[in-house]
Amino acid sequence: MSEAAEAGRAVAPAMIELRKLTKAFGSKAALRGIDLRVAPGESLVIFGPNGAGKTTLIRILASLSRPTSGKVLIGGLDLATHADGIRRYLGVVSHAPLLYDSLTAEENLRFFARLYNLPAPGERIAGLLEQVGLSGRRHDLVRTFSRGMVQRLAIARALLHDPLVLLLDEPDTGLDPQAAEMLHGLLVQLSKTPPAGEGEPARTIVTVTHSIERGLAIADRVVILVGGQIAFEGRTAGLTPASFRPIYDRCVGGDR
Amino acid sequence: MNFWRAVIAIVWKDIRAELRTKDIFSSMFVFALLTVILFNFAFELRVPDMKMVVPGIVWVAISFAGTLGLNRAFVIEQDKGSLAGLLLAPVDRAAIYFGKLIGNLLFMFVVEIIILPLVMIFYNLSLLSPEHLLVLLLGTYGFAAVGTVFAAIAVNTRAREVMLPILLFPVLLPVLIAGVKMTGALLDGELLGSLGNWLQIVVVYDVGFTVVAYLTFGYVMEE
Repeated sequence: MSEAAEAGRAVAPAMIELRKLTKAFGSKAALRGIDLRVAPGESLVIFGPNGAGKTTLIRILASLSRPTSGKVLIGGLDLATHADGIRRYLGVVSHAPLLYDSLTAEENLRFFARLYNLPAPGERIAGLLEQVGLSGRRHDLVRTFSRGMVQRLAIARALLHDPLVLLLDEPDTGLDPQAAEMLHGLLVQLSKTPPAGEGEPARTIVTVTHSIERGLAIADRVVILVGGQIAFEGRTAGLTPASFRPIYDRCVGGDR
Repeated sequence: MNFWRAVIAIVWKDIRAELRTKDIFSSMFVFALLTVILFNFAFELRVPDMKMVVPGIVWVAISFAGTLGLNRAFVIEQDKGSLAGLLLAPVDRAAIYFGKLIGNLLFMFVVEIIILPLVMIFYNLSLLSPEHLLVLLLGTYGFAAVGTVFAAIAVNTRAREVMLPILLFPVLLPVLIAGVKMTGALLDGELLGSLGNWLQIVVVYDVGFTVVAYLTFGYVMEE
């Protein structure tokens, strides 16, 4: 078992735990007392209309934003006091690529490998570029990539340090249907791939998306966020897009 | 050890990106060059001794071009979302500060290395003594040390290009005044030893603001 996996599992039964989490921007509340637990290896999808607080929630989980009140525990550690250590176990893919477009694909991954203090990352980088189908473009500048290729490279960057927790914030935004489908296939594959090889439970994944079909396909559990509060929470087993749509419409009905 | 590894990685990344785009350097260099040329035409027939105006011209060129460079350094990161990628890495926020500071310093030094000989040609004065270079080094460091923090603050504001100079220049006054005074005194033939008070101000400023920036940069970068 990897050091990261051991640290994550040894300390807590829930990989992610939110306790009465609130976030306000001035007088506007973005999150209103969220309580949520995500088990190790579980895949959670969060749906909700624009302005529901989904991206704010992901930014807080990624330690990019500080909550106004409440607690965030990841791997049993308090994010407020152990952010530097927790970041080592987090991988984030958002609609912004979080990459440098004046560096090549390989230079980007090498740069982030240095920040994550990965020893001899060459093999890992080559493997990831192969996995996301970019090994032929490894020496090309990111600015010459299509949006779909950039997002695939963003996934490689997020997986570089083999994170226990993967946070996906609308990763298919701006992609054409074909590229979105290819990205979805990659995410399905990832959701079933353990972080440190065989014998490990799968990664814990939190996905924010507007695509009900794709979201339900990769998740074990679903949450609908409306007005900064959880309006629905349940398991995806037995749910189809057709049976889920009325539930979603009922939850967000007054918030459109 | 990981701290300095991260600092070096960030500096390497900034230099590599800048060598390809020349976004920061070109804007700084053109602005500094225009300043030197415009002041030359404005003053050449009206000022009895160029030593009276050259210290001001040098420091105006450095500080305005430097502000432009600081702005670009963070705006490029913020607009393309790469700043968030940097903040997601498990490195001390202070390592990000020192990485960006060293990058900004290097770009400013490169501009100064090109601009100084031009100032000497246009104004027929020598600025290449070790004393002049020490004053420039200390002043530029102070500028970049404070500027890097304020650029990080300004990049999250709505009118960020305007906000940086408004926030930065009041805080920079001590180091800019000391820089102008010392450059002027050295051009008048005074020795560095006689500039003790000004030199102390700049050294204390540089050390003090480096410590403050080290301690506060993490809070500055948070939403």
